[in-house]
Amino acid sequence: MTLLLEVTNLCTEFNTRAGLVRAVDGVSLRVSRGECLGVVGESGSGKSVTFASVMGLVRSPGRITHGMIFFDGRELRDMSPDEMRATRGRDIAMTMQDALTALNPALTVGEQLSEVLIAHDETLPAGRAARRVAIRDKCVEMLGLVGIPSPQSRLAQYPHEFSGGMRQRIMIAIALACRPKLLIADEPTTALDVTIQAQVLELISDIRARLGMAVVLITHDLGVVAEHCDRVMVMYAGQVVEEGPTEQVITQPRHPYTRGLLASIPRPAMRGQPLTPINGQVPDLVGLPPQCRFQSRCPMARPECLVEVPMFDAGPDRRARCLRLEDMP
Amino acid sequence: MSFGKLLERIIQLIPVLLGVSLIVFVMLALTPGDPVQIMVGEQSITPEQEAELRRDLGLDKPMVERFFIFLGNAAQFDFGQSYYHGRPVSAVIAERLPATIELSLVALIVALVTAIPLGVLAAIRKNSVLDRLATVGSLLGVSLPGFWFGILLIMLFSVHLQILPVSGRIGYASEVPTVSGFLLIDTLLAGDVRAFGEALRYLILPAITLGLPMTAILMRVTRTSMLEVMRQDYITFAEAKGLPRRRVLFRHALKNALIPTVSVAAIEMGSLLGGNMIVETVFGWPGLGRLVVESIFLRNYPLVQAAVLLYAVTYVLLNFIADILYTVLNPRVKL
Ligand SMILES: Nc1ncnc2c1ncn2[C@@H]1O[C@H](COP(=O)(O)OP(=O)(O)OP(=O)(O)O)[C@@H](O)[C@H]1O
Ligand SMILES: [Mg+2]
Repeated sequence: MTLLLEVTNLCTEFNTRAGLVRAVDGVSLRVSRGECLGVVGESGSGKSVTFASVMGLVRSPGRITHGMIFFDGRELRDMSPDEMRATRGRDIAMTMQDALTALNPALTVGEQLSEVLIAHDETLPAGRAARRVAIRDKCVEMLGLVGIPSPQSRLAQYPHEFSGGMRQRIMIAIALACRPKLLIADEPTTALDVTIQAQVLELISDIRARLGMAVVLITHDLGVVAEHCDRVMVMYAGQVVEEGPTEQVITQPRHPYTRGLLASIPRPAMRGQPLTPINGQVPDLVGLPPQCRFQSRCPMARPECLVEVPMFDAGPDRRARCLRLEDMP
Repeated sequence: MSFGKLLERIIQLIPVLLGVSLIVFVMLALTPGDPVQIMVGEQSITPEQEAELRRDLGLDKPMVERFFIFLGNAAQFDFGQSYYHGRPVSAVIAERLPATIELSLVALIVALVTAIPLGVLAAIRKNSVLDRLATVGSLLGVSLPGFWFGILLIMLFSVHLQILPVSGRIGYASEVPTVSGFLLIDTLLAGDVRAFGEALRYLILPAITLGLPMTAILMRVTRTSMLEVMRQDYITFAEAKGLPRRRVLFRHALKNALIPTVSVAAIEMGSLLGGNMIVETVFGWPGLGRLVVESIFLRNYPLVQAAVLLYAVTYVLLNFIADILYTVLNPRVKL
C-alpha cells in the first residue's frame, strides 16, 4: 500500500492566558491509501487539534509551530490558502466532532450539500439548467447513500428539522460528496445512541470499501477501533504514546496507558474481570516538565522515568513511548 | 410562519395597544394644571368661551367615560381640532407624516449600508487599525448629541463649503405635485430629475444626523455577532469543505450574524422617532417631529396627545416587526 498522509514531528501551540499550551507535541503518523487508522485517547489528549492541523484549520490563538504534513506527495504547509481550499473538501474531507453544531442553522441541507459540489466537482455539466439538475441528482444520491429516507423532499429542510443521527449522516454525506482520498471522522458516533452508532460506522466502512478511501477514525471507543481500524494510534497529553496494527495493540499493549485504557472499558474477551479505571487526571499542558507525561499516573513508573521518553520500536511496525516496554508481557 | 400564528401574534398586540392608549390618556389627564388654562395661557377669554372649550375637549365628563370616548375617537383617527391650525389634528399630522417617514427611512438605509459593511470588516480584521477606528467612531456616534452633530454638519457643508442647503425640504422653485408625499418619489413621478437631486441634497444631512446613533449601534451589533458566529463549529466545517472565503463569510457567517442586526434595526427605528424631533428642528425639516415640538410650545394639547399616541403605537408595532423579522430570518425559532 502506498503512503497517502505522512505527518512528521507536528507541534501545535495555543497561546492562552494561562500560558503556552502545546496541544500537539511532536506527533508523527502515517496513513496509507485505503487504510483505516484509529486514533484514541482521553479527552484533551490532542486528537482533534492534530487533525485540525492537518486540515489547516487551526485558528488563533492556535498555531502550527513545527512539523511536516505530506499529503499525496505534497507538503500541505507550503500550499497557498487557495490551494489548501482546493484540497480541503475535495481530497481530504472532515466530519466534525459535534454534528449538532457543525451544520449551518440558517442554510438548507440541500444548499450545504450542493455548495461543496459547486466548489470542487469538475465533472458537472456546463449549461446552467443541466448543471442544476446534475447537482440536485448528486445531492439526492448522496443523501440516499447515507441512508436518509426520501431525500428529494428533505433537501429544502433546515438542519434543526433532522434528528442528531440524521445530521451526523448529512455531515458524512457532505464530507463524502467529492469522493475524497482521505476522510477524517472526528468522533462520528459520540452523540448517537448505540444502534445508530453501529449504523453510522457500518456506513463509513462500507463507503470506504467502495471508494477505496482512507479513513482516520477518532474515537474514545476501543471497541469501535477493534472492529473497524487496521491500525491504531494512542495519544496522551499531546503525544503519540503507542502505535501499531490494531489486533496487536489491543491484545498486547506495549504502553501502560494503552493497557490502562483497555482495562477501563468492558470487552467481551475480558468478561468476568473487574474494570479498573486509570487513576488520576490528564496533566495540565501548560509548562509540562520534559519527562514521561504518564509517569504520574503510571503503575509501572520508576525514578528513571523522569526523563523525556522517545518513541521506541516495539516490534514489527509497532512503536511505543515507554522505557519499560520490554517489561510488559 | 403560518398565517394562523401570525394572526395570533397580531391579536396579542391588542391588549398592549390598549395599555399604551391608557397610559397616554392618563399621562395627559394627570398633567398638573387645568388643560383649558394651559391652552389659553395669557389670552383672556370669556367664561362662555371657556365653558365651550371645556365641552369641546370633553373635560366636563367623568374620567372613565372620557377614556372610552378618547379610545373610540382614536380608533377613527379623530383627535379633535388643532386650534392653532384651525383644522382637525389628524389632517395636520397626515400632512406632516410623509416628510418624517421619508427622512426616517433614508436614515435607516444610510445606517444599514454603512453599519453592516463596517461591522463585518471590523470583525474579520479584528484589532486592526480599521477595527479600532470603527470602535472609537461608534462610541462617538452613540454619545454625540444629535443637535450638536447636526449643527457641525451644517457649519461644514452648508456654511463653510456651501455645497448643501442649510434647512428645509426642497427649494421653492422645485415644487412638484404631491402624490405620495415622499419627495424622492414624487419628483421622480413628475419626471423631474433635477428636483429629485435637489430633494436628495436637502435630505442628506438630516438623514446622516438622524441615522448616526443607529449606524453606531448597528455597527457594533454586526461586529459582535459576526465575531460570535465566526467562532462557531459550522464556520469551521464550512472551511473544512474548502468553500471560497467569500462564501464562508457572506453566506455562512453573515446570514447568521445579520439576524440580531436586523432585529435591532427594527427596534432602533423606534428611537429614530425621538431623534426626529431634534433633527427636524435643527434642519427646519417640515415633519411630524418639528410639529410636535412646536405644538408643545404652543400648548396645542390635542395634537400633542395624538402625536404621543402615534409614537407609542409605532414603537409597539416596530417591536412587533422586529419579532417577526427575527422569526422569519431564523429558521430555528418557531413562532
Ligand atoms: N482554542 C483553543 N484554545 C486553547 N487551547 C486549546 C484550544 N483548542 C484546543 N486546545 C487545547 O488543546 C488540547 C487538546 O484538545 P483536543 O480538542 O485536540 O482534544 P481531544 O483529544 O480532541 O479531546 P476530546 O476527546 O474531548 O475531543 C486541549 O486540552 C486544550 O488544552
Ligand atoms: Mg476532539
